[in-house]
Formats: sequence, structure tokens, C-alpha cells
Amino acid sequence: MGQFIDLDVNGSIHRVNASAQRSLLSVLRDDLDLTGAKYGCGEGQCGACTVLLDGAAVRSCITPVSAAAGKRITTIEALEQNGRLHPLQEAFIETGAMQCGYCTPGMIMSGVSLLSKNAHPDDSEIVHAMQGNVCRCGTYPRIAAAVRIAARRRPA
Amino acid sequence: MSQELRRRDFLSALGGGIVVLCAAEAIDAQESGRRSRNDAPPKEISAWLHIGEDGVVTAYTGKTEVGQNIRTSLMQAVAEELHAPATTIQLLMADTDLTPYDMGTFGSRSTPTMAPLLRQAAAAAREALIDLAASKWNVERAAVHVAEGHVTANGHSEGFGELTRGQQLVHSISQKAPLTPSTQWKIAGHSVPKVDARDFVTGKHRYTSDLKRPGMLHGKVLRPSVFGATLASLDDAEAKNITGVTVARDGDFVAVAGPDSESTQRALEAVKAEWKTEAQPSERELYSYLKSNAEAGEDRQSGGSVGQGMAEADRKFSQTYTVAYIAHVPLEPRAAVAEWNGDKLTVWAGTQRPFGVREELALAFGIPQERVRVIVPDTGSAYGGKHSGEHAIEAARLAKAAGKPVKIVWTREEEFTWGYVRPAGVIEILSGARNDGTMTAWEFHNYNSGSSGMQLTYDIPHRRIVFHPSKSPLRQGSYRGLAATANHFARESHMDEIAHELRIDPLDIRLKNLKDERQRAVLVAAAEKFGWGKQKAARGRGYGLALGFEKGSYLGICAEVSVEGGVPKIVRVVEAFECGAVVNPDHLRNQIEGAIMMAVGGALFEQVHFDNGKILNPKLSRYRVPRFADMPLIETVLVDRNDLPSAGAGETPIVGLAPAVANAIFQATGKRIRSMPLSV
Repeated sequence: MGQFIDLDVNGSIHRVNASAQRSLLSVLRDDLDLTGAKYGCGEGQCGACTVLLDGAAVRSCITPVSAAAGKRITTIEALEQNGRLHPLQEAFIETGAMQCGYCTPGMIMSGVSLLSKNAHPDDSEIVHAMQGNVCRCGTYPRIAAAVRIAARRRPA
Repeated sequence: MSQELRRRDFLSALGGGIVVLCAAEAIDAQESGRRSRNDAPPKEISAWLHIGEDGVVTAYTGKTEVGQNIRTSLMQAVAEELHAPATTIQLLMADTDLTPYDMGTFGSRSTPTMAPLLRQAAAAAREALIDLAASKWNVERAAVHVAEGHVTANGHSEGFGELTRGQQLVHSISQKAPLTPSTQWKIAGHSVPKVDARDFVTGKHRYTSDLKRPGMLHGKVLRPSVFGATLASLDDAEAKNITGVTVARDGDFVAVAGPDSESTQRALEAVKAEWKTEAQPSERELYSYLKSNAEAGEDRQSGGSVGQGMAEADRKFSQTYTVAYIAHVPLEPRAAVAEWNGDKLTVWAGTQRPFGVREELALAFGIPQERVRVIVPDTGSAYGGKHSGEHAIEAARLAKAAGKPVKIVWTREEEFTWGYVRPAGVIEILSGARNDGTMTAWEFHNYNSGSSGMQLTYDIPHRRIVFHPSKSPLRQGSYRGLAATANHFARESHMDEIAHELRIDPLDIRLKNLKDERQRAVLVAAAEKFGWGKQKAARGRGYGLALGFEKGSYLGICAEVSVEGGVPKIVRVVEAFECGAVVNPDHLRNQIEGAIMMAVGGALFEQVHFDNGKILNPKLSRYRVPRFADMPLIETVLVDRNDLPSAGAGETPIVGLAPAVANAIFQATGKRIRSMPLSV
């Protein structure tokens, strides 16, 4: 049965009524109407549901909402600041790193997590960090290029 | 509702401005399943274009956007002929109440059929604007120019909106307005970025699965234990006791809807059902089953006498190839939101066939089609896998029972199990060649997988090409490129086998038997870029090539593969592609790269396993799809024939990879693999 849980989502506290084992993804989407994170597989295999917990990428479909309490939750909706896109979002547009776009929010969140830990990843580090995100349209080469571009634009 | 009535409703709803209506020629059918339907599409209005008094240009089409970026390229076509900036054009797509009838988005038909229609409509609108300006300003028609969204003449200049104010003009295209030749394109033919890209990178775009309606419930369907099972008994008392839960039942269909996904899931688990099942064919007997249930089939592109051709041959070859069932795995599973308002049903659904789904819904509920509206938000991919409307029907049944809007999003497991798969198949080839590599005979039989891409671009005088429909143990349907991948795999592997046996270079034997200039051009372009024949592959590596032709497009492809510890890895791929006049070079490259990436899965590891009516690997953890680490270096060569009409290009780039890789594996290991996925 439900209980009240305080969640720090994109810088504001939201009190939700949810059972502890419910997935963070379903709370974000159904209760908070933050639908940028997507359902793709329900077993943490495709990365479409990726959000950041204290800055690190997690699969929200297999993260119980109770495990997110007390942590900073960041979703794709928060990357744009004052009308300015995150450099990685800009790079995705510039390189055309999407077709249907369904994987895009998860890809960007995984990329943002990577760049926050490793400002200048090489190709194998990009592949390693992004291996858990599936793009069924096959835009991997462009996504990798977008991550490289965003990395180049950050101060060294 | 008649098309005429719909048109009038539509015009009154739009208000003033200019409307141009456009009728299509009959369009070739490519339907789900093995045969095309006989009933041709109605010869009615197929597209329309509206220029509003506010200057907004809206093109209306029943096509769907599923990631192929057709929204962008159709917008380019309109902007080109209207002489207006691309950013001032919007497309209203795939809404059965607002857009003209369309068969569906498949068969790479949007670019060759819908783009010319919208182009024609835009050209007619441009001419109408010129007429308006000439009479308003009392100037010669020839003095009026349209550029950058403005109409100008002798010191006058007005925007489209200003000029159309107070008008209510309807033009049906009878005479064709002059079109801009593709060699002079300024907006089409260029790399315009994806429309709405910002909405996708910010997560703002709402897919069907993201939609919410007031009072909406979440639905789930009780799935049978195996395919074809029927209900023996059902106890839904406990489920019905859960607060806010509705159980819907109709024959073997049982589904639940609740106020949130958790209570819905609890209700589903509370339903107790027993199923009556029957034994079904399993994977181990698949290929013999397909052959033993095959029909005699029909000859396609046959000619000469294979017997005579074989008699003229120095060497004879006979081989069998197989392809497995694979799944589309669209990252957005089937999703639908249904809502009844009185006796009118509205369904938002991810599908490639909004009008087909409307028809399915009308049939399911016994209501006229005009009481059903299907809206398709830009969808999280399809690849041929979203032709049918079962998810829409499920949501509508639940919505009817509950008296509230209901959303259904299939789980990944449901998507793997209750969608349909790409057909498996057996292909047999008998061929004959002279010692110098000249092909004399070709007999080709495809069992079950399909007839697409069976046709030869090789010049072989004596040939017999037959497709044999069969009974499929699994529900099967369209998949990107249809059977062209299977048929290219068999044919291009076979050509490689002949080349090897005759000790002729695989490129040379192909060119020797090929007169088609377009086919030769792409093959040579790929080989040159790849450096074919320049150097020998390193130890444990191999090079392979293949060519292809399907749906009006040509390709040549070369692959480099390494094999370590029995595991093949695709290192580098060069694909040259020609589809007539290129509409958007960057999006074309994106489609080619993406098709190659998708093809890696079917070539190396994708396979649906099944046993006695059950899918054994219906999860991403058990069904391997291509990931970042599988990414080869991909180089594309666009052969732009801007003197030729544009063909669609979302499908054909996928067909050549598997044989190129199989041929490279042979060079690397000496092992000839004749089954997809290729396992060394």
C-alpha cells in the first residue's frame, strides 16, 4: 500500500503517494507527468528510462522509488536552463543523432552522466559508458559523435 | 462519410485562405502478409494544402512519422514549390478526421508518391497566389514573383497571409503546375535538420505512450498461456473487488483497467484463468515445416529454359539458405489511448496505418468508420512492425467497459510475443556458369519468407524464380525491406560461392554478368571507396561484398570482418546508395547508417526462439539487439542521380549487409555460412 515519499526532482521537492517498491519510472511518468524518461524493456536493458541520481545514470524502470528518496533526481526535462539547451542536446541536434527519438532522452542522460565523470572520453570510453542504451534506429555513430562534440566544447 | 462531405466539413472548419486538393494515381499496394490486396485505394483526394489568412501553410497527409524523417522531407517538398522558408510550413499528419485517406506508411512509398503530390499542391497554391496578386495589383501575371514567402510585383510586396485574406478559394488540381526540376532545388535536395528535433532532445515530444486524458485508466490484457489458446475457465471475482478496477470480457478476450498501473497489475494477477491449448510446431522443425507446407507458388521474372542453361554450363551449383524469424523491437512498444464520447470513438495509437486501424476499430465495434477517429502521434519507430491495430481495439474495449479513457502500453514481453515477426524462410538456388564466370542458368525458390528482392539485376538468360507461400508457425508480417534481406543474402552469398569455385574475384564475376548501369555504378563506387582488391585482408580478417536492388533503389556494399575465437565482428562497412534525386542528403545518410546498424542484428545474432506456441526469448536480456560495441566504421557514398525521380530509401539500405558479412567471414575463415543469423 502507498506511503508518502518526498522526492527531490529537478530541484524541487515532490511528495508522492506510492508504495516503496514501485518503480521510479512509473512515479515520474504517471504521478509527476515527467514523460521524458521512457519505458522500453522494464528490466534495465535498454536505457530509455535513464535518469540521474546524484548525477549518476540509473535505469529508473528497475529503481524502486524508495531508493531515490533523499537523492537528487534529474530528468531530461531539467537539462534545458533558461531556454538554453545543454551542450549535449545541442550536439544531438547538430549531428542529427536521432530518428524516431524514443531513445534520445535516455541517451542524453547517459551521455551527461559520462561527461560529468569524464570530461574528455575517448571512443572506447564512450562505447563502454553507452553500451546499456539501445537505439533501435541505429544512430549509434551519430550519438557517439554528439558526445565527442559536446566534450570538445567543454573547458578542458 | 463520403469524401465530398468530409471535404466540405473540412473547408468550413478551416475558414478563409486557399486550399489546394490533390488526387493521387492508384498506388501500388504493399500490405502486411504475403499477398497484396486486390481492392485498389479509392481514387480520391490524397493530400491537401492550406494557406491560412495568418500566413500559416499547412500540408495535410495521412502518412505517419515513425523516425524516417518524412515529416521533414515532405515539408521540404512543399517549401521548395511554394518558394517559402521551410520554417513557415507545418505538416498535419495521420489524423483520420483531418487528413485525407492513406493506405499506410510502408513500402518506401512516401517519397515517390506523397512528395510529388504535395509538391504539385504547393505549385498550384503558388500559381493561385500569383493569380491573386496579378488581379489585386492589376499587373501582368508574368511580372509577379514568389520568393522567400513573399509575393512581389512592380513595387508591391505581400506575405501569403495578407494576400489570401478574405478569400475562400478551393483549387482542385486538374492541370499540372510547373514544378522545379530537381537539378534546381534550393530547399529540397539539401540537409535540412529534423523538424521538431528540439522537442525530442528535451523530452517534450509526446508519444502515444506519454499521453494522458482526463480520468484516464491504465489497461492490461490477460494473455493466453500459448498462441491460439482458448479460455477453459475464468474467475475474475477477486479482480473486480479491487477499488476502481473494471474487468472487460468478450469471448477469449479478458482485460482489466484501473486508476493506476499498480492496481491494474494487481487486478491482472488476481484473474484466475485456465486455458485450452493445442500442440504447435516448434523451432527445431521450422525449416522442414515451411517446405512441407509450401504451395506450388508462382513464377516471377522467369525466362528462357533453365534446363538449357544448365546444359550450357561448365559448372553447376546447388545450395540451400535459411533465415530465422526476427523481431522488430520498436523501442516504443505498441501503445494506444482510447476514449468514447457518446457513440464516437477516438484512439491515439502508434501505427503505420491509421486508416487501416480505423477500419479494424469500426469492424470490431460494428460502427461506421466516420464515428472512429484515429490519431497517430509521431511514433517511437515501427520498421514494418506496426501495421495492425490490436492494441487500439484492446484499449477501446476497455474504455467502453469502464466508461472512461483507457491507455494500454504493451510490455516488452507482449511486444515480442503478441506482435508479429519477420518471416523465416528457406531459399534454394540451382545455378550454372561457364568457366569464365558467365552465368547461364538461375533457378531460385523462396519458401515462406517472401518475394521482395527476388528479381535479378544480373543478366542470366535462363532463369526461373518462384515464391512459395507456406504455413508459418508464428504470426508473421512486414519488416523493413520485407524478404529482400533474405533473398539478397541467398543470392549474393551464392554469387560469392560461384566466384570462389571458379577462382574469379567476387567483384569481377558480378560486373561480368551485369549490364544495368545504375547497379554497376553503385557497386563500383562502393568497391573504390572500400579499396577493394587493393590489399589482402590481415590474418583472421576478411572482405566481402554484395550488391542490391529493391523498391527503385540500388546499393553496393563492402564489409571487413574480423573473427576471433569464433566470434565475428564487423569492422568496417562501405555502402554506396542510389535512389534517384536525393531529397535530404544528411537524412539519407542517417537512414543508410541506421539500416546498416539494424542489419548487424539480423546478420549476426537476432533470432526469435520458440517452442510449442511460446516465444522462449521475449526479453531484451535474452534477445540481443545491436549496441554501441557492435558499431563498425560506417562510410556511405551517395550516388545522387538528380536527373531521376526520387525513390524511397528507408528500407533498401538494409538488404546488403548480411551477404557482404557472410562473404567476408568465408574469406576470413574458409567457412561458408548459409543461415541467418550467421554463426561461425
